[in-house]
Amino acid sequence: MTDLSNVTPTEMMTIAAARALSNDDVCFVGIGAPSAACNVARLTHAPGITLIYESGTIGTAPDVLPLSIGDGELCATAVTTVSVPEMFRYWLQGGRVTVGFLGAAQLDRFGNINTTVIGDYHHPKVRLPGGGGAPEIATSCQEVFITMKQTTRGMVEKIDFFTSFGHGEGGDHRKRLGISTKGPTLLVTDLAIWKPDAESKEFTVVSLHPGVTREKVQETCGWTVRFAATVEETPPPTELELTTLRDLHARTARAHGGKKEQS
Amino acid sequence: MAQFQSLREAVADNLKDGDTVAFEGFTHLIPHAAAHEAIRQGRRNLTLIRMTPDIIYDQMIGMGLAKAAVFSYAGNPGVGLLRRMRDAIENQWPVPLETVEHSHAAMANAYEAGAAGLPCAIFRGYRGAGLKDVNPGIKSVICPFTGEELAAVPAHRPDVAFIHAQKANKRGDVLVEGIVGVQKEVVLAAKRAVVTVEEIVDDFAGLHPNLCVLPHWTVTSIVKVPGGAHPSYTHGYYARDNAAYLEWDKISADRDLFTRWMKDNVLDATPDVFAERVKGL
Repeated sequence: MTDLSNVTPTEMMTIAAARALSNDDVCFVGIGAPSAACNVARLTHAPGITLIYESGTIGTAPDVLPLSIGDGELCATAVTTVSVPEMFRYWLQGGRVTVGFLGAAQLDRFGNINTTVIGDYHHPKVRLPGGGGAPEIATSCQEVFITMKQTTRGMVEKIDFFTSFGHGEGGDHRKRLGISTKGPTLLVTDLAIWKPDAESKEFTVVSLHPGVTREKVQETCGWTVRFAATVEETPPPTELELTTLRDLHARTARAHGGKKEQS
Repeated sequence: MAQFQSLREAVADNLKDGDTVAFEGFTHLIPHAAAHEAIRQGRRNLTLIRMTPDIIYDQMIGMGLAKAAVFSYAGNPGVGLLRRMRDAIENQWPVPLETVEHSHAAMANAYEAGAAGLPCAIFRGYRGAGLKDVNPGIKSVICPFTGEELAAVPAHRPDVAFIHAQKANKRGDVLVEGIVGVQKEVVLAAKRAVVTVEEIVDDFAGLHPNLCVLPHWTVTSIVKVPGGAHPSYTHGYYARDNAAYLEWDKISADRDLFTRWMKDNVLDATPDVFAERVKGL
């Protein structure tokens, strides 16, 4: 029996994010937290989901979470593996992906993401890895889900760099730039579920995870948080969801230890 | 026409100071052994192109080989940041590094345009993205048929490309399998191409007709280096050494530790050590 009484906030985040995916989705998976959520969805309620990693693996079903977007496990279990130019041209740009699932180093209230630099671009305080596939995932997928842990450093009033475009300054900013896809429609953090306001497109808390207060959400967020008229409580993980996630992490830790000790 | 050479000869003949070079491999088939040979030969003022400049570019930049990097994701995949590349950008150590940054879609399209002999790549991208404000190489064109504004970037035409692959046959045709990344595009886009392989076989009889094969006349030089992708991997031969990627995060965090590690494992080593490194993977 899995102990349901000691669910961590990160586990709740991953499971809440997994629930947002459906069996019919074609999902472009970012590495890290999105990868765990997408595979929990596949291993529980959405066995038919198509998971795509930017290395060109389409319809992959890894037994363990990949460390990188190009681990051999992804290719070995995929329906097909295509070249990277084909991945970005035919499959992503071609409009065949329903959901892009991204993480973020810095996020603002309109779902704009920075994973490029902290500080000035030309004289950065911290040089982050950069966007990879995210700039086009954010505009070519039919919609975008974002998942990250809440901190005041991560969820900020103003991001330092627009790595990928969410709703810009809000409202119809996407439409004004000629972007026809929906953009960010969901944010799942370790504390809450957020959705953009229909008009302003500002992320608004629609559900608090069990035991989380509004004060806690505000303390860990750099902007003034808006709450929906009705805020629900996120259902706690089921035994199946939690067991699936924990088994996946356990298998992954064993696999990545390799021949040397993992730190 | 492909020549079979030693790694030392292949690098000396094909990589010159000041070249624009791409050591490609999208997580898979990364030509680590070839990069280490370039470090041993002490090339300078290179412009390094790579979608995902991971450990090998961290090593080349940290050893002072590069003046510029053209890239779209400068991270240690799944682990974190590239600490030597960061040190060069943030602190100019050991030498300053110019950066030209793109998205993956732009880089992939730029390689494809290079392979296709086009001057630029056109695609639907960079909408609302900050990179087009800091990279003057990102421009736009209007579709003459629909009026849609599309992104345009210059094609990649490296002086030389280095890739790792599964095998070559005796004629010099090269087979690439698994996550093929941009291996085919970078070879066709480059003026010269060096391919390291796990093994050389008599012929490719019996292969599936649609496999990714680079004909021998598209390749300049072929070198047999078993294990030559380590700690990256070669599908069908050995797995990715994820523990080594985690270990690199510690080695690269400190300039002195990095310098010592490079001396022991690269400068004082030979290509033969790679076969040993992949045993048991």
